[in-house]
Amino acid sequence: MENYFILPFTLGMITLFVILFIKYGLWIARLSHIDKLRIIQCIFTRRTWDAIVESVMEGLLHRSIFKRNPLLGYMHMSLAFGWFLLIVVGHIEGFLCYGTFANAPWIPIFFQYFVHYQFPGERIMTNLMDFLLLFILSGVLLAYFKRLNSKIFGIKKTTKLKPFDKMAMIALWFIFPLRLFAESATAALYGNGGFLTNSVANLFILIHVTPTMESILWWAYSISLGLFFVGMPFSRYMHILTEVLFIFLRHYGIKLKKQFNSYSRIQVYSCSRCGVCIDVCQMHVANISNNQSVYILKNIRDQNLTDRKLYNCLLCGRCEQVCPVKINLNDLRISQRIRATKEYNSDYAFLQSLPNETPTTGKQPEVIYFAGCMTHMTPGIKKSIVKVLDKANVNYIFMDKEKGACCGRPLMLAGQYEAAKKLIDFNRKKILESGAPVLLVSCPICYKVFRDDYELGQITIKHHSEYFLELVEQGRISLKKSNSSIVYHDPCELGRGCNVYEQPRELLKKTGTLLSAKQEKVMSLCCSGSLGDLSLSMPDRNVIKAETLKVLLQKNPDVLATACPLCKKTFVKGVNIQVKDIAEIVANAME
Amino acid sequence: MIDVLIIGGGIAGIETACSLQDLGYETVIVEKERTIGGHLNNWDTLFPTHRPASEVLEYYTEETRKRALTIYLNTYVTSIIKLDDGTFEVNTSRDVIFHSKTVVIASGYSLFNAERKEEYGYKIYDNVLTSADLEKKLKTLNGEFKTPTDKVPEKIAFIHCVGSRDEKSGNHYCSKLCCVTAVKQAIHMKQICPQADIFCCYMDLRMYGPGFEEMYREAQEKYHIQFIRGRLSEVGENADGTLQLKVEDTLAARPSKIKVDMLVLMVGMESPQSTALFKETCGLQCAPNRFIQPNDHHIGSNKTNIDGLFTAGTSIGPMSIFDTINHAKASAITIKNYLSRN
Repeated sequence: MENYFILPFTLGMITLFVILFIKYGLWIARLSHIDKLRIIQCIFTRRTWDAIVESVMEGLLHRSIFKRNPLLGYMHMSLAFGWFLLIVVGHIEGFLCYGTFANAPWIPIFFQYFVHYQFPGERIMTNLMDFLLLFILSGVLLAYFKRLNSKIFGIKKTTKLKPFDKMAMIALWFIFPLRLFAESATAALYGNGGFLTNSVANLFILIHVTPTMESILWWAYSISLGLFFVGMPFSRYMHILTEVLFIFLRHYGIKLKKQFNSYSRIQVYSCSRCGVCIDVCQMHVANISNNQSVYILKNIRDQNLTDRKLYNCLLCGRCEQVCPVKINLNDLRISQRIRATKEYNSDYAFLQSLPNETPTTGKQPEVIYFAGCMTHMTPGIKKSIVKVLDKANVNYIFMDKEKGACCGRPLMLAGQYEAAKKLIDFNRKKILESGAPVLLVSCPICYKVFRDDYELGQITIKHHSEYFLELVEQGRISLKKSNSSIVYHDPCELGRGCNVYEQPRELLKKTGTLLSAKQEKVMSLCCSGSLGDLSLSMPDRNVIKAETLKVLLQKNPDVLATACPLCKKTFVKGVNIQVKDIAEIVANAME
Repeated sequence: MIDVLIIGGGIAGIETACSLQDLGYETVIVEKERTIGGHLNNWDTLFPTHRPASEVLEYYTEETRKRALTIYLNTYVTSIIKLDDGTFEVNTSRDVIFHSKTVVIASGYSLFNAERKEEYGYKIYDNVLTSADLEKKLKTLNGEFKTPTDKVPEKIAFIHCVGSRDEKSGNHYCSKLCCVTAVKQAIHMKQICPQADIFCCYMDLRMYGPGFEEMYREAQEKYHIQFIRGRLSEVGENADGTLQLKVEDTLAARPSKIKVDMLVLMVGMESPQSTALFKETCGLQCAPNRFIQPNDHHIGSNKTNIDGLFTAGTSIGPMSIFDTINHAKASAITIKNYLSRN
């Protein structure tokens, strides 16, 4: 029979649905009991609607990529949204022709082949379909160019492909040109084309197209579709549908766990490898270009992730900021580290030797202050904090004044989850016993772990920049403005990590003239001192730091201000101007 | 046109000038400070003999006077330019332009700024000094030795390798002289404060010179100075101004805490900023440690990558006074060969 050409498409589609059904079924089945309950509870709420909206905005329109790189965004949008519309309009066409939506799935796909006769709205529909095809073809053309020369898109480097990716990609490249040619051949024979297919059909008439040629083209179109469907679950195009699943689960409030689980896997498979994360990675400055998030996710899928790549990352979170799919790239990497690491064999016996009672102040304390290792290593900051607290008459407990345990964040970043938990339990007990309503920290590294992993209940955690601003607003301290110009560096853990951007700036504006930097707030650069990277060499760190300083010092400020002891320590050996923590600036500016 | 322009009037510069003058060449020294002698002016005694630094300084002052050397004080070099005819034009801060057949860079070193190692509390806690501060204090000592907070010290700690062999502080190399200086200063402190307990926290002890190892042995056996192998991690201050040190004793494999009255940081040597300036103005080649790169480590350590531009002393890397003097003498001979050849 001449209609056999629908078989590659049909078999491909059935294979795809079976595989997806099994894969998604298993992933969802393996979610924790609580997560499943969450899904059931949320399914008939507004969250589903929000997820649908986001699926359209991101999965089809690719709004986030558009914002960062309009050309790349257009490419993704024309393919995704164009194809989606082609299917939808195809079904409408089927409805107009047959009076029902319950047509065989191949009808809308090969519509031109089956329907040569007139039906209501035929002219409009055919031209609309042609227009959509042209829209997609423009995207395909861009995809060709991107493969040939990614620089046109402003991308330094595009991702490497493996065999299934290549198969699916080549099939995808051919689908729409073949559809155009197949439809045009039919149009040449039967005159049922639109503005585009008729134009190509006119060329076909010149070379005397035959029904055999027509049949070959439809076969080729069907085969390329079939190949794409079969290759899809094993290639990067798996992201097309997984991303939608991920968007729904995210809206239902499912969170990434410390241990790599099926939700982590859904995130990994949601990566479209658009390459946006490659561009923002600072590692390029040091000529390191194999460890960016897109490669890590690919390595997780292919199960060939090396420790070298896994641990060579500043965990600055810039890639997470720009990821159009909003994958939790940092936490995913940490969960891989937890998986890859051998648990550090320590019983932390020294914790027993530390003073067990929480220090008290006699009356109800306002604040419990945890300085942490890094603040102890920068006594200038520690002294300033104490000075400000004393001046404002704050009734506080200095939790680790004499002896203390680490907050646990460095271990967490290294993937030493169990070890970190021992420290967390120790500190947590002390903080809760203190009875203070506020935990004050002067190190964003500690702040992050207190916020994410401590479960401190009613206690609010505040960075000193937040707390000092409150003290100023309450009139407990007052600051004198000098005429020095200040540029502020957002520490990764405080800014992207804990979302504190404005309070430090508000404080600095009260002490001097605040200058802006070219890349700041959510896109601020890492100082390179990060504890998150366990293998970056010192010379490489220095190269990255020099680049960051270049951006920060562009306007020749008098003072480089930061709010993290580690950033301060990192910068201080690279510049000739003053590097100060915001605590020191406030302590100096107090009247 | 002068024969040799010498940048720096420290020991290296003066010795080079004296030797060249004796060989019959006309020299000019340019010194940025208002006296000659460089860092030696601030030093009390010298290792390994504990001889007063002033003796060496007096010797060179006398030699300078005898030869009536031409010295421009309070003058610093702003650029070195090699002209097409192979001679040099040297611009200075004083609107004096020198034309010279050869130039010697004897600009020495600068000390590591210990504030960059904030965890050690320099300029934050009163009782933290650098080795250079201690020398100044000893030089002007009048009566009993007291800490900056006016206490007769009972415990003193010396910290080796501050700003040396420490990539995080930006210097990966060994400054070579701080080890023996610490031993010398520790002995000195024990001599003037016999009641005090003295600790030295070190990574390695590099007692490379004649008499150094003997001094180290004497420090342990005779003066009972305690050497702890381990780096200082952080310093805290107590209410009474004493300092709390957190150190890992790596031989005992345990962390320990020491309370001291005074802390001395053995700051390392760094290439001075002027070297970077010379690098910029005449294409001078520098080593990864930022000191000047000798043209040949073994047989041309006074030469640079630029013909006619020579070095003397610590501008090529950390050096003791006797090594500096030898290097300066060698520089004079190298320049003589160069000038008689051209």
